[in-house]
Amino acid sequence: MTALAGYPRSDGRKGIRNLVAVAYLVECAHHVARAIATPFDDSAHLIGFPGCFPNDYAQRIMQQLGTHPNVGAVLLVSLGCESFDRFALEQTIAASGRPVETLVIQHQGGTRATIEAGRKWVEERARELAGAERVPMEISELVVGTICGGSDGTSGLSGNPAVGRAFDTLVSEGAACIFEETGELIGCEDIMAARAATPALGDELRASVAKAARYYATLGYGSFAAGNATGGLTTIEEKSMGAYAKSGASPISGLIKPGDIPPRGGLYLMDVVPDGEVRFGFPNIADNAEIVEMMASGAHLTLFVTGRGSVVGSALAPVIKIAANPKMYERLSDDMDINAGRILTGEATLDEVGREIHDLTLRVAGGEPTRSEALGHKEFILTYKSFEPLGPSCLPA
Amino acid sequence: MTDVTRNTDPRLILLDPADNVLVLRQDIAGGETLRVAGHRITLERGIAMGHKLACRPIGKGEKVLKYGAPIGSATRDIAIGEHVHLDNLKSDYTATYALAGNQEASR
Repeated sequence: MTALAGYPRSDGRKGIRNLVAVAYLVECAHHVARAIATPFDDSAHLIGFPGCFPNDYAQRIMQQLGTHPNVGAVLLVSLGCESFDRFALEQTIAASGRPVETLVIQHQGGTRATIEAGRKWVEERARELAGAERVPMEISELVVGTICGGSDGTSGLSGNPAVGRAFDTLVSEGAACIFEETGELIGCEDIMAARAATPALGDELRASVAKAARYYATLGYGSFAAGNATGGLTTIEEKSMGAYAKSGASPISGLIKPGDIPPRGGLYLMDVVPDGEVRFGFPNIADNAEIVEMMASGAHLTLFVTGRGSVVGSALAPVIKIAANPKMYERLSDDMDINAGRILTGEATLDEVGREIHDLTLRVAGGEPTRSEALGHKEFILTYKSFEPLGPSCLPA
Repeated sequence: MTDVTRNTDPRLILLDPADNVLVLRQDIAGGETLRVAGHRITLERGIAMGHKLACRPIGKGEKVLKYGAPIGSATRDIAIGEHVHLDNLKSDYTATYALAGNQEASR
């Protein structure tokens, strides 16, 4: 078994990376924050929230990311007049024992002065973090998310079920695994509910998908992009059946919402569709919005299956990309970590590729860079949403 | 092994015995003749990897089954060997959005 090592944090979790997060707290501070982070390509990652109006969800996601196990220090960049509660955010991060600093552009003396002060702070923190010691880490301390993006008719035949096999192994080893996008589970509600740890949780899983179906019906579009149809998928329920295969065959231990940390190992569904009336637009405007939410729930890394050929990575947490078919793999092999297209050509079985994904997950957790990390991908997007707290049956003991 | 699988071109996969569609594991060119559930079918147009063909006659309004699960309803009668896609299958939940000018699928 691979020996893992992680950076210990005060809440008991361990990080598989040790990064400085540079966070803008409104779009007006985005340029300055980006200019601060840019020279520190590998060690400082840019995150942020663009809105000027307050939002409990965004506040909570930023707090969870500022205390994410892969983050060792945080620089907050504020314009000064936005509504984001920078005081509460700084307090939460400081309470976690991490170095944190807030630079207010209006107080600092403008763009140039803030960039200069910010770079100086980041340089010192990055140097400290580079010398940090790692301690032994168990697989049961890992949180792994999965997503499929740029899906086509091959995703559900090869990459998604192979991730399901990897998830089954990780869950059996005690890791917490998260699948999500209830809008892409429409049509799967009954077979999924049958896997719930308790009947009451099954009802919650069913209700989360029904909510997604209602929400998307109001918006007039499903979670279905034009490229999905080009790739042979005809309906949302067909896409759902393929996406659902990522969850593997383990029992479902719980339902969480973005920012909820799985209480123990097991398989969790993340409900990503907002509660209440339809507000603020589409639940997830692009794949990275979902990756951000899984990171906020503690995901150390994400397994990303793509058929059409997504190239994204993420700030803060590595993304392992799994190509679902040999044609796309040939064109985009530089961007792909795993070629699950070998399942379609008969060169490998689902179990073999599942094992390969599992083993690469452990190597990446041990420090090996993914393709998207090596290529400098650090996508990040966070927008407005609203959620109610979890129901009592969502996390059975 | 079901009869459909035994009597079908190996480039087509039956995902579940209950299914009335097969999935292409690679592109198949227009004009090719292939065996589909024992019938000889000549493709009018090429069909791309990941797309679906009917392996039984499907009546208008009937559920299309893939992975053993309904993935929508037929909007007209579909013959064995026909490409099953946006022209003859619709979601029972939300309508599918596709780019009208995109011809990539039949390449």
